[in-house]
Amino acid sequence: MKKQSVFERIAAAPYVAWSAMFIIGPLLFVVFFAFTDANGSFTLDNILSLPSYSHTFGISLGFSLIATTICLLIGYPLAYCMSRMSERARNVLTILMMLPMWISLLIRTYSLMALLDNGGLVNGFLTGIGLPKVTFIGTEGAVILGMIYDFLPYMVLPIYTSMTKLDRRYLEAASDLGCNSVQTLFKVVLPLTMPGVISGVTMVFVPSISTFYISQKLGGGVFDLLGDTIERQFQLADTYYIGAAISLVMMILILISLAIMNKFSDGGEDIIV
Amino acid sequence: MKFLSKFYIVIIFLILYAPILVVILFSFNESGSLSNFTGFSLYWYEDLFRNDEALTALKNSLVLAVFSSILATVLGTLAAFSISRAKNKYYRRAMESVSNIPMMNPDIVTGVSMMLLFVGVAQFAKAGSYLGFWTMLIAHTTFNLPYVILSVLPKFRQMDKSLTEAALDLGCTPVQTLFRVELPYIMPGIVSGLMMSFTLSLDDFVISHFVSSPDFKTLPLYIYTQTAHEVKFSMYALCTILIFVILFLLIAVNVAGSMGEHRARKKAGKIMMGGK
Repeated sequence: MKKQSVFERIAAAPYVAWSAMFIIGPLLFVVFFAFTDANGSFTLDNILSLPSYSHTFGISLGFSLIATTICLLIGYPLAYCMSRMSERARNVLTILMMLPMWISLLIRTYSLMALLDNGGLVNGFLTGIGLPKVTFIGTEGAVILGMIYDFLPYMVLPIYTSMTKLDRRYLEAASDLGCNSVQTLFKVVLPLTMPGVISGVTMVFVPSISTFYISQKLGGGVFDLLGDTIERQFQLADTYYIGAAISLVMMILILISLAIMNKFSDGGEDIIV
Repeated sequence: MKFLSKFYIVIIFLILYAPILVVILFSFNESGSLSNFTGFSLYWYEDLFRNDEALTALKNSLVLAVFSSILATVLGTLAAFSISRAKNKYYRRAMESVSNIPMMNPDIVTGVSMMLLFVGVAQFAKAGSYLGFWTMLIAHTTFNLPYVILSVLPKFRQMDKSLTEAALDLGCTPVQTLFRVELPYIMPGIVSGLMMSFTLSLDDFVISHFVSSPDFKTLPLYIYTQTAHEVKFSMYALCTILIFVILFLLIAVNVAGSMGEHRARKKAGKIMMGGK
């Protein structure tokens, strides 16, 4: 076997140094701040005060679970329908699905607000046909709708990718062996596209549970989600410590749920969009 | 069935694009109303460009995106090179999982953790104002790195080992081999990593929000402060411009990607045939 040249060995050095300083380092600082008080001494107070935020954890989890479920219910059939189109149509649809992902979240959320605002187009339409105005901004529904709208493409694309990789012969075999189309869907298509589902669920759930812009804009400041709470703690220097503790717990929760989901997908291929 | 599925696709895409189209349409609205289109006008665009702050933010965004994407591409390509050559399995795995951390963590955690690093270091060093261009550059380079590695590493892996061996046998030094054989081969990966980093950097709001200072604002941060309290129509104009820039970049990436691959295949073919 050829020995590694000096160059091959030192090529990674800058990256190793960089990731030690700026990937591992910051995480250590989160842990450090989470267990420190304003005087710089060790404390468990930050962690122990977290139960007073249980309401925040609760509604964040609730909102993001609902948004993820609805995204899955809308996205899965959509990916299925898309995968059955002609190749040309599929290419166009894929680009159309990817474009919103590249448009800033701020812009998309802001544009949804433009539509739902009290003086917005939807209310303009409602008053135009003689119906009373509906207040959308500041309701649970608006925040959840914002999450669904912003993150739906992240659900559709991974599922769509695993749909297109599906071997058509399995479907033919299933129908030859007497499955009707519903049975084929549940017994063949769904299990085989599970890796896509898992990756889609992750890609919707993680940003939903940590968002703060969506709840600020569409929630009208009424709802205090995890992201809002963390963001607010970092506006003032003396609440960094509690902010670090909340971030630490959120990070651990997310890592645990990622690990559980990875177990379910039993090493299915990673889908990176 | 066929009709139903087409109908479903059309409905969902209409909903997905409706808000964006509304923003584009109303950015040309003469009056500052969101429900009545009174007439075509470029007033809000003029309003936007009269504003120095927006132009400064645009300049900051571009400078930051250029430097962070180049830095991330250099570091990431070297790392991918070394990972692809590493004999030690554990080293390889450790490198890959570390580079995944910024991708798996929610942005807010990455942003907060970087901010705490800078705050902590500034406390130890007793430094005063610390957030600004340099902290932004560090943060953006860091979150770009995994995407560069992801697009370059597979190219190194796909590459036929015998190409490198042939170059070495014919008297190239390892460094010459890298620049004459390997780099041209992996170039499409480098280009797509670079472009991806560039767009991610332009687009990032959450991480920047935590590591920036009011004197160094990028475009998303500017949009954030402008939309904090009221609806501003000049922001619709800005959003419209950005949407078209992104559309253009997306098409450019696709075209460049396929062109790059084409050229690389040609070049690799030539090397195999022994041509110059």
